[in-house]
Amino acid sequence: MFAKLWDQHVVATLDGGVELIAIDRIFLHERTGAAALNSLRESGRPIADPSRVFCVMDHIVDTRRGRNDQTLMPGGQAFITETRSAAREAGITLFDVTDPDQGIVHVVSPELGIVLPGCTLIAPDSHTCTQGAFGALAWGIGSSEAEHALATGVLRLSRPKTMRVTFTGALQAGVTAKDMILTLIARHGAGGGKGHVVEFAGETVTALDMEARMTLCNMATEFSAMTGIVAPDQKTFAWLDGRRYAPAGALRTQALQQWQTLHTDDGATFDAEIVIDAGSIEPMVSWGTSPEHSIGISGAVPAVAPERALAYIGLEAGQRLAGTPIDAAFIGSCTNSRLSDLRRAAALLKGRRVAPGVKALCVPGSMHVKRAAEAEGLDVIFEQAGFEWRQSGCSMCFYAGGESFPPGSRVISSTNRNFEGRQGPNIRTHIASPEVVAASAIAGCIADPRKLRS
Amino acid sequence: MTPFTVLTSVAAPLLRDNVDTDAIIPSREMKSTGKTGLSAGLFAPWRYLSAGSRNPDPSFVLNQPRYAEAHILLGGDNFGCGSSREHAVWALAEYGIRAIIAPSFAPIFAGNCIRNGVLPVVLDRESVAAIAAANQPVTIDLAQQHVEIGSQRWSFAIGAEAKAMLLEGLDGIELTLKHRERIAAFQRADRLARPWIYFSTQS
Repeated sequence: MFAKLWDQHVVATLDGGVELIAIDRIFLHERTGAAALNSLRESGRPIADPSRVFCVMDHIVDTRRGRNDQTLMPGGQAFITETRSAAREAGITLFDVTDPDQGIVHVVSPELGIVLPGCTLIAPDSHTCTQGAFGALAWGIGSSEAEHALATGVLRLSRPKTMRVTFTGALQAGVTAKDMILTLIARHGAGGGKGHVVEFAGETVTALDMEARMTLCNMATEFSAMTGIVAPDQKTFAWLDGRRYAPAGALRTQALQQWQTLHTDDGATFDAEIVIDAGSIEPMVSWGTSPEHSIGISGAVPAVAPERALAYIGLEAGQRLAGTPIDAAFIGSCTNSRLSDLRRAAALLKGRRVAPGVKALCVPGSMHVKRAAEAEGLDVIFEQAGFEWRQSGCSMCFYAGGESFPPGSRVISSTNRNFEGRQGPNIRTHIASPEVVAASAIAGCIADPRKLRS
Repeated sequence: MTPFTVLTSVAAPLLRDNVDTDAIIPSREMKSTGKTGLSAGLFAPWRYLSAGSRNPDPSFVLNQPRYAEAHILLGGDNFGCGSSREHAVWALAEYGIRAIIAPSFAPIFAGNCIRNGVLPVVLDRESVAAIAAANQPVTIDLAQQHVEIGSQRWSFAIGAEAKAMLLEGLDGIELTLKHRERIAAFQRADRLARPWIYFSTQS
């Protein structure tokens, strides 16, 4: 499948094994977009095709009600205003702070049908791999590479190696795509993907809905893969139907013929293969400062664990994770902030209350998600349970100098990175599924959502 | 971009696995939309005693006098993982780091290094440990693709394109624009094969 995607985009083969690869879609955001657009303008080079370049304000925007360009990050407003003026000048499509389509780039792009099966899509954002869930070759790059693609419509690349990760069997109740990807990273290491394009395959993956597939692909970058991909199928095609930028009518019929060929043929070989029994996966939670420091929720911190990580996180080797008191709970981010994520968390929160003293926050992934959730009354469930209900954005997935949790807080978070200081100085982050976050918020300590159900 | 040919320097050991770009430069230190003024924020969480302060933590490797002039960093596995922020490499380069030797690099970070004249050298863990243990000036010769300390020598692999870009300080955009006719021809054919990819009528 990777070869089909790649070969279709080879513009030229150059010396030294380098190929010019056509880039179909470029997404920018206000945190790194202005740097690329300004640098391009200074070089006097125009954007090759502005109609296929999109920009969204998501990273540092305020998520409180009634927001405008002002943001809690010191100096943050300049990122918003400079990106806006650069985007307008460049003639690219901008989803601005108060736009009804605003949201996190990797939530917005799929819900507007901007990412499509078989397309190449890049953004100066590591979680661009999320969009591989649609059978697209979508990956994160730096600002210079973004500038290159903006100016030329191509990137200079060497063909990456390929890996297939096959999940077999059915997931246990209460186990999600988040737990699948954390299991892969915990078992094979945060460097395990080594720049490969990873195809997620097998009956477990096929059974996932599109939003769960996005969660699975989202953390391919935490596996150090170039990206993750899932073969498109009827679920993919149905999901894209009627989306604003997706083809309709005769164009859709023509596109479908090509999209249906985007699967791995029998007998195809990969540079590396991993098989995981999905039935062996538990709800996962991280105990340290890398996503590879993750274990099943009934487990304990390994007996032999890096001292530095333990010192930062404030746990001891061999300590059980369940029952560890928490100060805050966060549901949001490009990993787990879509409607299905919020529904599953709300199902646990309904009729219950967040434990006293726990700060709890839900930040929908986009304004579309927010409105859809409100139409179902999910906002009421979250608020009655004691969660704050916010406007969409990346919010507290990372700390940019603005909003954070109180110093030293232990946070259970549906995000993707538990690095030292990621959510703020000395903040101790435990990453997990929205279910684990909801159950833990109620219990006031790290808790297994399966016990809450029964 | 400054060409990279031969570099001799002490090498500062930061032999941790999974050093992420949030540690290399935390988001709170990315204060403007430009590419400069970032070196003060380099490794801020580890280099300074507390967040927001500029009081050096004497235990951090770059604060130790013998590494004050280091232009080479020694790292662990999966160096530069996490956020794609090119600010991590801009901060390193502005600080004066021109090469990093590690067992493996996160892919986006390695690409960002090459675009900014910083050489990512992949050597196995034992070799990196040996270089750290030698604690002597290290010479990296990119053309010859080896690292030397006295009579000890370690060879490394690097892609031909990355090598040429670094050696000659080339601008990738300029190189690519030489192929603009081929790119235009590709798009003309692609518009017929995959019309749903395009929103405008002209190339």
